[in-house]
Amino acid sequence: MGQKAVPVPTPDTQPFWDGCAAGELRIQRCLDCDQPYFYPRPVCPACGSARVDWFTASGEATLYSYVINHRPAPGFEDEAPYAIAVVQLAEGPRMMANLIGVPNTPEDLVLDMPLRVTFTRRGDLSLPLFTPAATAPETAP
Amino acid sequence: MTGVIIAGAAETDQLGKLPDHSALQLHAEAALNAVADAGLTLKDIDGIATVSSPGPVQIAHSLGIVPRWMDGTGVGGTSFLLHVRHAAAAIMAGYASTVLITHGESGRSRVGAARFAPAPSSIQGQFEAPYGVFGATTAFTIPALRYMKDYGLTHEQLAYVAVAQRRWAAKNPRAMYRDPITVDDVLASRMVAYPFHLLECCLVTDGGGALILTSADRAGEFPKPAVHVLGTGESSETPVISQMADFTESQAFRLAGQAAFAEAGIGTGDVGHLMIYDAFAHLPIYGLEALGFVPKGEAGTFIADGNTEPGGSLPLNTNGGGLSYTHTGMYGMFAIQESVRQVRREAAAQVDGPEISVVLGNGGMFATSGVLVLGRHPR
Repeated sequence: MGQKAVPVPTPDTQPFWDGCAAGELRIQRCLDCDQPYFYPRPVCPACGSARVDWFTASGEATLYSYVINHRPAPGFEDEAPYAIAVVQLAEGPRMMANLIGVPNTPEDLVLDMPLRVTFTRRGDLSLPLFTPAATAPETAP
Repeated sequence: MTGVIIAGAAETDQLGKLPDHSALQLHAEAALNAVADAGLTLKDIDGIATVSSPGPVQIAHSLGIVPRWMDGTGVGGTSFLLHVRHAAAAIMAGYASTVLITHGESGRSRVGAARFAPAPSSIQGQFEAPYGVFGATTAFTIPALRYMKDYGLTHEQLAYVAVAQRRWAAKNPRAMYRDPITVDDVLASRMVAYPFHLLECCLVTDGGGALILTSADRAGEFPKPAVHVLGTGESSETPVISQMADFTESQAFRLAGQAAFAEAGIGTGDVGHLMIYDAFAHLPIYGLEALGFVPKGEAGTFIADGNTEPGGSLPLNTNGGGLSYTHTGMYGMFAIQESVRQVRREAAAQVDGPEISVVLGNGGMFATSGVLVLGRHPR
């Protein structure tokens, strides 16, 4: 059994991972056109401005799309089949995530269901995951 | 039109499981076959294009070619369509007269190939791999459920894409899978990544192909009918699937298609044969809609009604496609090869006299696209 992939931050992404370590989902926003965006990068994708800053997103999201993967990546052998989802944050941007606190089945994973962020330990980092908004806060194994 | 023709085109002698062939051997064999197809020798070649590994320097050196123009664009499986576009521009600019474009990939046997894993500091390494993304089956497939919910595409219609293409493959002795299949067969095949079953995912094979491009004023000098490059387009959207602007359509497919159709001066009604890069069963659906052949949301029904299979109004993926013919990892070269064969009237499953064939290529996971409009006559 392999090990799950561990991200290595860059100067562009370090504030995101620092936010995760503090239990916050920090993403970027353009100071000129107000466009929020993800993944972390130095220029606003909407207007090209380099005047961008970080803010803490609400952590609320909805389920935009997913697959349920039956051929596990290294480290995921005990969890297969597991969902690889793309969630849409309340602020607009989308990001990939796993879904916990809910069976990863087509019946239980309904598109547009409300989710909220939670965090799990991965190597020396804290990794954002999402869970149905109705469930109590929990920590992934 | 571009003023350029495809004068030679060929694949490796064999496709499939070739553990005795390195990628370099596959490139070389395809190159020699294409040069022979054009009635030329390697000494006639003065331009070279191929993807970054092994790359144009290695391929040119291995074949004894001294290029005065080269292109190593490597943006996934559509790269070869972009090479055709770039080579056409180079030939018209006088930077090269006769360009060789090669592909060779030991996709199945992985001879000499490194294990694929993104760097952990890359965008993929930070924001995809930690969630158990492991190859194209786990990410390229993610948009499909959104499309299914928004446009009512059924599991049976998605499965039917594989059924329709198998009907073409049955006519092609070189296709890897030729036995007829039903929707029930597809839905009963092993689940790979819900909603995708094994038969809705492409093959993984070894093989190669190559093309020779030159100026259209040399048409008639070659053994085979010239295939005119009437129009070309390219675009890119996103390096990671989560950032597609809309999971129900490919912006890159649409923009590359619009550019190619505009350059060729054609509309969808002029197209007699079509190839759409099919790494997975949803791609022909996205491609048909992006190119404007059917309105948004109707491609699943269009295919399930039989329009794209033998006897239908719009022959699509007539070699059997990546789902049934071959898929080395960068399939675009094989889609071009089948369009060339159809325009030349030498395909295994020959369509009735297509004047114009269109090839839509995909690179990465909806990351990039190239489109070619190929014709039997100049316009």
